[in-house]
Amino acid sequence: MKRLQYPFSQEEIRKLKVGDMVLISGKIYTGRDAVHKRLHEGVKPPVDLKNQIIYHCGPVVLQDKKTKKYEVTAAGPTTSIREEPYQWEVMRDYGIVGVIGKGGMGPKTLDGCKQYGCVYFHAIGGAAQVLAEKIKSVESVNWLDLGSPEAIWELMVEDFPVVVTMDSHGGSLHADVDSSSKTLLKDFM
Amino acid sequence: MGLRKRPTKKVNKKVAKKVTKKATKKAAKKAPKKAPKKTAKTTKKKAKKVVALPGLGNEVHLFNSLLELIRVTSAEMPDDIQKVILEALAREEKNTTAEYAMNIIKANIELAKKKSQPICQDTGTVLFYVNHPKELDQIKFTKTLHKAVLAATKKGYLRQNSVDSLTGENPGTNIGPGHPAIHFHQHNKSHLEVSLMLKGGGCENVGAQYSLPHNELGAGRDLAGVRKVILDAIQKAQGKGCGPGVLGVTIGGDRGAGYIHSKELLLRRLDDTNENKELAVLEKDIVETANKLGIGPMGFGGKTTLLGCKIGALNRLPASFFVSISYMCWAYRRQGVKLKNDQSIQKWLY
Ligand code: SF4
Repeated sequence: MKRLQYPFSQEEIRKLKVGDMVLISGKIYTGRDAVHKRLHEGVKPPVDLKNQIIYHCGPVVLQDKKTKKYEVTAAGPTTSIREEPYQWEVMRDYGIVGVIGKGGMGPKTLDGCKQYGCVYFHAIGGAAQVLAEKIKSVESVNWLDLGSPEAIWELMVEDFPVVVTMDSHGGSLHADVDSSSKTLLKDFM
Repeated sequence: MGLRKRPTKKVNKKVAKKVTKKATKKAAKKAPKKAPKKTAKTTKKKAKKVVALPGLGNEVHLFNSLLELIRVTSAEMPDDIQKVILEALAREEKNTTAEYAMNIIKANIELAKKKSQPICQDTGTVLFYVNHPKELDQIKFTKTLHKAVLAATKKGYLRQNSVDSLTGENPGTNIGPGHPAIHFHQHNKSHLEVSLMLKGGGCENVGAQYSLPHNELGAGRDLAGVRKVILDAIQKAQGKGCGPGVLGVTIGGDRGAGYIHSKELLLRRLDDTNENKELAVLEKDIVETANKLGIGPMGFGGKTTLLGCKIGALNRLPASFFVSISYMCWAYRRQGVKLKNDQSIQKWLY
């Protein structure tokens, strides 16, 4: 088990390899379809994404009526492949060093990871409750006009459990498992 | 559950029916003698059962029962599924990413139940299966059901999860054309049985339909061909459907009926045995073979790729041979209730 602590750096990220089980602590930002689309359209992000991690997640967030404080009640990852056309651009233009999601991503993202120094962390799909428990506070919210699940939520997490499935050296567990299972399947057909 | 029982022991069912019929006849004969002894209350109830039908007189009870069904389905994993998940966890090698994933899944199931919160935030397509006596007013029932779905959405048992396909607009109610899906089946019993399945989007996306023969896979119009296309679908799904999952597979039907039936097969208990021997063998073979592919939980690699497989058949046209495959993620949320005559919950089906 490895630990990754905020502030994140290119150097730390480059040390991570496919198959590493990692606990992330510190700040992460949510961002899914609408955020990526807007960034792609050329709108500047409302927060500095340099050396930050983006989490593909549409959290369920409740706001306390009196204190106005936000609380995340469910926060599992959403399918990442939908951001495949845009993710590498966000790496190139804004310097993110990590993406958290589920299901893995394709060759464009893998190339981006290698070129710009980024990794893909796979969270456990469906584990909404366990992952929500790891979110200690909501620090801010931006682009709420996109709707709550699509907004950019700034979250403080502690020991957020993920697995590196795409690293910054061209390694992709998804590509490996896909090709090994394909080969094995031939024998069973 | 008619559907759940359909694949298991038809003979028994027939016998059971006869017995019940006899029993009912007997009861009917005896009834007049006994009647005076009964309290006014029970007589009233009986009268209600005949005149006031499900969804009418006891709307409040029905609403409460349906709301509770939604809450429990969303937050609590049925025993038969929990069992296979724990077995899968035990099978994985220690200190692997597969074991890591299964441990988090296990912890998540426990936490969701404790907090009475959705197991997964994608509360999925809401699919109801209603077995009802012939007297049910489906329109009234549907109205109450919609009220329960709306209340469940407000309470957070269901996420606001149903959007207009053309505009992308989310009314926030989970109610709209085709949603929730309600499948009515009439049965010869006097009570209502309502089952619910919450089927997530990630796993629905990896479902597949094949038309046989399939030249590329060398799959012909026989069970060997069926086996090939199922295995192909599993390999293509990788971990994207939040595996390890369970398959519902329908051989035959038209394209629409095939998919609908493949989901209904997911109402079967995971530990039942297919009454059709050939299909029982195929189900077992699919699970064993899938687990040799090394795809593993979340596609991380590992020993468990599939937790179960349920296969059924519908008649087809001589010209068509479809195999329709529905993939259910590990967050296999389905429950059911048998209702009393007053529409309160008599027992849970899983
Ligand atoms: S596929 Fe299932 S477990 Fe995964 S996110 Fe969707 S509903 Fe949740």
